[in-house]
Amino acid sequence: MPVWQSLYAELKDHDFTVVTVAMDVPEAARPWIEVANPTYPCLIDRNHHVADLYNMVNVPQATWIDEAGRIVRPPENAGSSDVFRKMDRLTKQMQPEQVAERERTKKVYVAAVRDWVRKGPASEFVYDAASARARLALPDATIAEAHAHFRLAQCLLRRGGRDEAAAHFYEASRLHPSSWCIWRQAAQKDATGLAAGPEFWARVDALGDRPYHRPIDMKGI
Amino acid sequence: MVTVLHEQSETHCSTARAAGEDLWIGTRELETVTGWSMKPQGLCRGDICLPVPADRSADYVAGDTVNAAAFWRRMNNPVVRDAAGEVWVLGTGPTHRSQSLQSLQAPDFALPDLAGVTRTLSEHRGKKVLLATWASW
Repeated sequence: MPVWQSLYAELKDHDFTVVTVAMDVPEAARPWIEVANPTYPCLIDRNHHVADLYNMVNVPQATWIDEAGRIVRPPENAGSSDVFRKMDRLTKQMQPEQVAERERTKKVYVAAVRDWVRKGPASEFVYDAASARARLALPDATIAEAHAHFRLAQCLLRRGGRDEAAAHFYEASRLHPSSWCIWRQAAQKDATGLAAGPEFWARVDALGDRPYHRPIDMKGI
Repeated sequence: MVTVLHEQSETHCSTARAAGEDLWIGTRELETVTGWSMKPQGLCRGDICLPVPADRSADYVAGDTVNAAAFWRRMNNPVVRDAAGEVWVLGTGPTHRSQSLQSLQAPDFALPDLAGVTRTLSEHRGKKVLLATWASW
């Protein structure tokens, strides 16, 4: 979030805004937003409606939308990398070169946003319609069914039906196993609010050669 | 009272009656909640109409109520409910979602900020928007 805030402060006078959406419940998102104290809109999406609309499976993701409301870069990993998979799982520490790699990736991504805001359609990072469509990930019937179960689960949870909610969270994740949003939202959290215990690492390890953050197709990354 | 979840709305439907896998709702209320209305051609929204199957019309329409669950399944939209039949999701299937994305018009939404103020994506029309997701987990 500090990255988005500095980018917003730098570019807001160029007909640009950041809109963030937390795939989260308000009580968990609140402390993060209060610390960062951003001046752009920070919205809370308890039901993961935006993940359903844009067919997203993880965070952070970013979509570029032009002045006419058209998608010029479909949802994609917003400069995160998979180097976290190499961290020391006990200490949660990464090697300096791993941290440096993560920071480098983010810098390239932010520089691309800056280029787009300044140059508009002339930016090399903007896709034409055909290229943008080719890069869309489209949902299938199973994914749609998974989102319906997730929606029901969140509603049942608020109504106090914890066990029945858990069954629908489970079904959502079973139907859409590649969604980290669905799995981590429902998973047990540690004292810091992270779903990053042994079960999480087992799922990450089960990816094998497949990425956790799908690599972004961008020059320099 | 039956609660219907559709897109972003959550509505207590006074006319809704659940019976097993069927969900009967008054036509007016269904239109209010989903935008789909009964017309002579069938169940319609905008230019799209889904005819009532002639041989099984009683499964779909009874007087001024319609079996929303049956229509939804027929449109390949997900229908999910709790065990008691008190909460129903009339979901949105992959065809509609995919067509919406392929139009490249960014799907609009309305969500609250921390203060509870509802904001939309479309209110930023005229600006470039970096729409970024995150989570605490």
